[in-house]
Amino acid sequence: MMHDMSKLELLKNEIKRFITFFLSELKPKGKVITPFNVIAAIIILVGTVLIVIRFTFGLSSITNLNQEFPWGIWIGFDVVTGVAFAGGAYVITFMVYILRLEKYHPIVRITVLNGFLAYVFYAGALLLDLGRPWNVINPIIGNSFGVSSVMFLVAWHFMLYMLAEFIEFSPAIAEWIGWKRIRKILGSLTLAAVIFGITLSTLHQSGLGALFLMAKSKIHPLWYSEFIPILFFVSSIFAGLSMVILEGSISQKVFKHRMSAKHIVSHDDIVLGLAKICAGAIFVYLFLKLLVFIHDNNWRHINTTWGYWFLIEVGVFVLLPLQLYSNAVKNKNIAVVKAASILTLIGILLNRLNTSVIAFNWQVAERYFPTWMEITVTLTVVLVEILVLRWLVNRLPILSDPPLWAQRKKKDPIQQIFLVKETVEESEKNKEMEEWKVSSM
Amino acid sequence: MDRRNFVKTLGIIGASTLPGTSLYADGTENEKEFVAILVDTTRCVGCQSCTEACAEANNLSEPDLDAIDEGIERNTSEKQWTLVNKFDVNEEEIFVKKQCMHCNQPACATACPTKALIKTEEGPVIWRADKCMGCRFCMVSCPFEMPKFEYDSPNPKIQKCRMCFERLQEGEAPACVSECPEEAIVFGKRRDLIKEARKRIYENPDLYHDHIYGEHEVGGTGYLYLSSVPFEQIGMRTDLGATPYPAYTKTFLYSVPVVLTLWPAFLLALNKATKRDVADSEGEIYHDA
Repeated sequence: MMHDMSKLELLKNEIKRFITFFLSELKPKGKVITPFNVIAAIIILVGTVLIVIRFTFGLSSITNLNQEFPWGIWIGFDVVTGVAFAGGAYVITFMVYILRLEKYHPIVRITVLNGFLAYVFYAGALLLDLGRPWNVINPIIGNSFGVSSVMFLVAWHFMLYMLAEFIEFSPAIAEWIGWKRIRKILGSLTLAAVIFGITLSTLHQSGLGALFLMAKSKIHPLWYSEFIPILFFVSSIFAGLSMVILEGSISQKVFKHRMSAKHIVSHDDIVLGLAKICAGAIFVYLFLKLLVFIHDNNWRHINTTWGYWFLIEVGVFVLLPLQLYSNAVKNKNIAVVKAASILTLIGILLNRLNTSVIAFNWQVAERYFPTWMEITVTLTVVLVEILVLRWLVNRLPILSDPPLWAQRKKKDPIQQIFLVKETVEESEKNKEMEEWKVSSM
Repeated sequence: MDRRNFVKTLGIIGASTLPGTSLYADGTENEKEFVAILVDTTRCVGCQSCTEACAEANNLSEPDLDAIDEGIERNTSEKQWTLVNKFDVNEEEIFVKKQCMHCNQPACATACPTKALIKTEEGPVIWRADKCMGCRFCMVSCPFEMPKFEYDSPNPKIQKCRMCFERLQEGEAPACVSECPEEAIVFGKRRDLIKEARKRIYENPDLYHDHIYGEHEVGGTGYLYLSSVPFEQIGMRTDLGATPYPAYTKTFLYSVPVVLTLWPAFLLALNKATKRDVADSEGEIYHDA
């Protein structure tokens, strides 16, 4: 009994400690009034007002959606493009946990966190677009399973994948708060979550393409093909990795103070490795595109306005980045890799928007163009995601090394030097936390 | 997990994936007979009684009957489920009624993640408010662009012809059919209507273009059309093919369970295969993620 009492006492203390810790972490780190913050705050404020208007008066109050164009940029950009951009998480976890390419370990956490937040916010943006969002519960709780629907499959995969990514990321949260035993349990779930996550990603990245299979009579033949699912899947590989490269180069500037020494040293090597994979994946994609093009006898569409638009997408934003990536890998030129990643991302954006919005219902004379309000709401979603990401990166061990107690014992001289100081502090803290400690770390 | 448990689990998972009924009507001869409507455009005089009757029966707003003379092809809307378009072909006026086609294997119902849109056993394709979450995937998928959405409402509905489903259950014909003074639209069992249409073509080969629109289009539709001219001349899509729309996503959906079962096994095997040696892994999986 005595033992139980003391355990309860410890739990109480722990909760108290957590609350004080959390409140102290809530305080902003760094200056609050910066140009970025001010602009972001204004856009988010306007966006929030617009969202309220949208739910009060209906979609037509702020969007240009109509009967011919049921999906606009909230689906075409936020969901269809956003999810392709978030594909880096499944590719990197595949490389690190399945193929055990240790070189890429430093970027696992930031990539998984990015992916997780992208899904939460971009797939979450789907709720803004739903006409009757209160019924979103229907396909989840099982009173109305539309199992023949690709949308049903994609929705479920989004939800399950978010869970998988959260589990993959969760050890960082446990390390941040200092929960050692929980950290160990969560860490042991990682491999299962990774395998599950890669499987789900394969299916919903291609599933996003499969959404358009029944729009056969509406999408311009240059973008419609029965192979859309495969093209979407393959392109999500280099879309995701290009995003990782771009985010990495931004992180290098913005979050340099948070990066571990090891991370900074290995950054260029990682980027060149990713560039090589991108080049390979783009080549496969281009080859598939060519096969589809010939298979569907698409030559007859080339000498039209749509044909030229198609050539721009494929020539400038697929073929050119392939060339740039290959050259950059050969010459070890990081700047060119960054340029290639930007071009690649624009190419994916074009491809996804062409399929879902631009070349959709191409025979209809009156085209859809988003209102400034739709764009502002999209920006709001993106900015809130960036702010949440920044908040987390500044606090959790994401770019920085995990606390010593959570590290594998390694004989890495650089790490030893950097972490000696931390070790002393840690051991002091640990005395109070005896009960919560992992048995023999 | 021992072998017995493994087999048991596999059995349960397998059994749970078996749908109670076949997911699609296959269009075979012994299918349950759907009701249908035959539109004979050679008989239609463009009085638009059907349009008025539809609005009245379904509490829709008063249709603008003068819009027909403008010579432009109009579409149904969330406020008007059916309308009549006028076409001038070879100096002959042809009137064509337009509404949901009530496909045998509807793309909209296949696309719907909540089964809000369903193909009823009787034949009409209907929408149910308590199921729909408003994703508009039905609108993206429907080859006839029939589901319409109320963009200006905070509680929007999908609006389209429901073949007066409630009237049918009370034994009445759809409102548009009852009000047609020329018997240009006829209601009946789909099979009987196809026979009737064939008979009309056979008996008046000079009057009719030799095709029943909707007999095979997109796997067969619940609305059948007869015309004196080829159907593309009266605003109907003749490029949709005879493949039922659910077939376009079937391959993808069938590959899902394959990937879902084979991928994890493959990935796990790959993970084990890349394990270097015992010293490196220290005997337990302890990831720094």
